[in-house]
Amino acid sequence: MTSPDIAIIGGGNAALCAAITAAEAGARVLILETAPKPYRGGNSRHTRNFRCMHHGPLGPLVDSYTEEEYLADLMKVTGGKTDEGLARLAIRTSEECLPWMEEHGVRFQPSLSGTLSLARTNAFFLGGGKSLVNAYYLTAGKLGVQVEYEAAVTHLELDDDRVTRIDYTQNGQTHTITPKAVVVASGGFQADTDWLARAWGPAAKNFLIRGTPYNRGVVLADLLDQGIEQVGDPTQCHAVAIDGRAPKFDGGIVTRLDCVPFSIVVNKDAQRFYDEGEDVWPKRYAIWGRLVAAQPDQVGYVIIDAKSLELFMPSVFPPIKADTLEELADQMGLPADALVQTVTEFNKSCGDTSGFHPTELDGVTTTGLTPPKTNWARPITEPPFYGYSLRTGVTFTYLGLKVDETAQCAIGNRPVTNLWAAGETMAGSILGQGYLAGFGMTIGTVFGRIAGKEAAAHANAN
Amino acid sequence: MQMQTDLLQEARRQAEICNACRYCEGYCSVFPALHAERAFSDGDLTQLANLCHNCRGCYYACQYTAPHEFDLNLPQALANVRQDSWEELAFPRAAGKAFQKNGVLIAVATVIGFALLFWAARALASGGGVGFYAVLSHNAMVAIFLPAFLFPLVSIAVSLRRYWRHIGAGPFRPAHLIEALRQAANMKNLKGGHGDGCNFEDEDRFTHARRAVHQAVMYGFLLCFAATSTATVMHYIFDMPAPYGLFSLPKLLGLSGGILLVVGCFEMIRLKLRSDRKLGAAGAFGGEVAFIGLLGFTGFSGLALYALGQTSVMPVLLAIHLGAVLTFFLFTPFTKMAHGFYRLTALTADAGRSR
Ligand SMILES: Cc1cc2nc3c(=O)[nH]c(=O)nc-3n(C[C@H](O)[C@H](O)[C@H](O)COP(=O)(O)OP(=O)(O)OC[C@H]3O[C@@H](n4cnc5c(N)ncnc54)[C@H](O)[C@@H]3O)c2cc1C
Ligand code: SF4
Ligand code: SF4
Repeated sequence: MTSPDIAIIGGGNAALCAAITAAEAGARVLILETAPKPYRGGNSRHTRNFRCMHHGPLGPLVDSYTEEEYLADLMKVTGGKTDEGLARLAIRTSEECLPWMEEHGVRFQPSLSGTLSLARTNAFFLGGGKSLVNAYYLTAGKLGVQVEYEAAVTHLELDDDRVTRIDYTQNGQTHTITPKAVVVASGGFQADTDWLARAWGPAAKNFLIRGTPYNRGVVLADLLDQGIEQVGDPTQCHAVAIDGRAPKFDGGIVTRLDCVPFSIVVNKDAQRFYDEGEDVWPKRYAIWGRLVAAQPDQVGYVIIDAKSLELFMPSVFPPIKADTLEELADQMGLPADALVQTVTEFNKSCGDTSGFHPTELDGVTTTGLTPPKTNWARPITEPPFYGYSLRTGVTFTYLGLKVDETAQCAIGNRPVTNLWAAGETMAGSILGQGYLAGFGMTIGTVFGRIAGKEAAAHANAN
Repeated sequence: MQMQTDLLQEARRQAEICNACRYCEGYCSVFPALHAERAFSDGDLTQLANLCHNCRGCYYACQYTAPHEFDLNLPQALANVRQDSWEELAFPRAAGKAFQKNGVLIAVATVIGFALLFWAARALASGGGVGFYAVLSHNAMVAIFLPAFLFPLVSIAVSLRRYWRHIGAGPFRPAHLIEALRQAANMKNLKGGHGDGCNFEDEDRFTHARRAVHQAVMYGFLLCFAATSTATVMHYIFDMPAPYGLFSLPKLLGLSGGILLVVGCFEMIRLKLRSDRKLGAAGAFGGEVAFIGLLGFTGFSGLALYALGQTSVMPVLLAIHLGAVLTFFLFTPFTKMAHGFYRLTALTADAGRSR
């Protein structure tokens, strides 16, 4: 194959935004996507929205969402561990992303039923991330971008501060190309559970990976090994508690469980370990991934009774159901006596529940219980009883390539002259820890476009 | 009634996944109705199936389609239930079972329709009418077509009543029907929620082709129907029997309707041939194409009759055209034609639900 001007590694949102922008600037672009066509689009295929600053109503978004409020939300979830300069760049640019996305085929819809709280801050893709990815592939195709599927990049050859060559395998054959510029948009390394286990210890083998099995960090490792600047540490990731019966990979959004606030959650010894009612679920679901990861065998069990069954969004797997707690314990493999005791103790410490309000912090709390349950604490008494198992579901890892505000990678203190990075693979440059819903796609769109523009400028000048 | 449990169970399995996902909410009226439930009865699924018009948007947008283990193919799952519901709810049921999916039988029936008309033309040869009535007297035509017109109406009314009960819809309100008619008139749902059309003939590319073609077929048919109706009114009320001149209302309506119908049916078959059959009802392809063929042929033979009505082939053409019309009418409850009635009923029920 004749080498393109620009090679883009990855086939998700960040890669596509870069490819489209570069092709519009006149460059010949090649996308190397390791997944086969039905699985193209990485984690981006699983997304539903992106977080967008706006002054006044914009597309599907209502009211306004200012830079300062957006940044404050980000600072809160990351505990201040945020690169403010890059964060502001992402936030500010997000506003012009929405019309850009529409121009390039993405369609939006009003915030989904059950997610009204996001109507102001997050713009939902009609059909979800896969339809976004499809639209971008169509647009890219019209612009002459070439796409190779099942093309796994294995190595980038560096000569001092320049990438001179890319090796990839396809159908068992090794290919080499020598593009003028390279954009890395191949995601994190979460699908490589060995790597996760090196960072987290053997517990990580019990984690489920919510998204694509193809983000194995091959390119990331290859570049870090060659001294490209790194950011973040390998234990930092976005992880949530999901249904323990979810598939090992690619379970996506439907494995989410929203019932924790109305439940008690116990570990495999039938002991509670955290305040289930600490805050409304959208603000708490991300910490439960870590909480469950810290329990024996990295598993938790949610117990609710009949009166709470309809208070949360249905999930894909039906709950385990039993007429008595003992039976439920049996079915879930929990020690029955211990579960009954835990529930009895919990029930005794519940007080007046007349103020119960499922969608607000209602202050219906336990007294004299450790750990307490500080909201929605209603005794678990009404059969049938229901249970779900919980496991840690990793969304994406933060360890990544350090970039500057032009999305360019560095080696030593110098930029690599023809290497840019976008999306999950550089998200650690902005997020040190924690996560704000919808920010992943914002980072990918903003920095994908920047990387595409810069790479095209470089390729056109050389 | 006994719908196929395996088809219902598969649709239920998929609906439960969609209900946990909701990404497709904005595409069509299926999803808001789906998301309003937590569990899906057979009636719920039948209603969802009849709200779906197989635009396939939700298939190409789905992150869980095969090879993913969740194996989502909602357009197909709903098409199977929909097809099964038309067969099971048909009155008489055996006719629905026999014809819905069977293109060959539809073709055979059409030929029998021709033969019947030839026979009628011979046996009941008119004594001295003019134009078409010289071939078959007006009274003979009425004797054949009045029952052929009333029977499908009765049959469909019975089916729709069964449908309404099966889905457990509330009391019927005309306002809901008006809302449903409004949606059907501009085929709102075929725009795909975003106005870019649907995915049908070209994988995940959105186009308006199917909507445009469907509009042509529907309005073509309605114009032809209006032509016949105005002719009937002119005949009985204004005592103005056929034949009519070129600039008469029946001719103008019939001519424009016929052209729309023929072009629409031709294009619809072309689109269908390009579409991925795995996203439609299993085994229904032949029956659908045969039906569209019959519909298009009915329009075509009508146009031919118009063009060659003054020549010696007229009697043959008339028998063929009337034979096609006869088969078309009689088979309305048992072919794809029934979908329009079910769909309108489903939209009416949905308008009731969402109030
Ligand atoms: C279930 C789920 C739901 C989510 N929901 C949201 C949401 O609603 N909003 C939001 O903002 N974020 C969400 N996220 C996070 C979001 O998915 C990511 O932040 C975003 O998709 C990252 O985009 P990307 O292009 O960097 O990576 P990806 O979309 O993951 O793309 C990486 C690409 O690189 C390819 N690749 C990997 N290795 C190689 C290699 N060696 N050679 C060639 N190609 C390679 C992969 O196949 C893939 O195509 C969600 C994540 C998950 C898992
Ligand atoms: S079809 Fe797929 S993407 Fe659409 S709602 Fe159902 S599960 Fe979600
Ligand atoms: S195929 Fe189209 S009409 Fe049917 S459910 Fe999917 S999006 Fe709705």
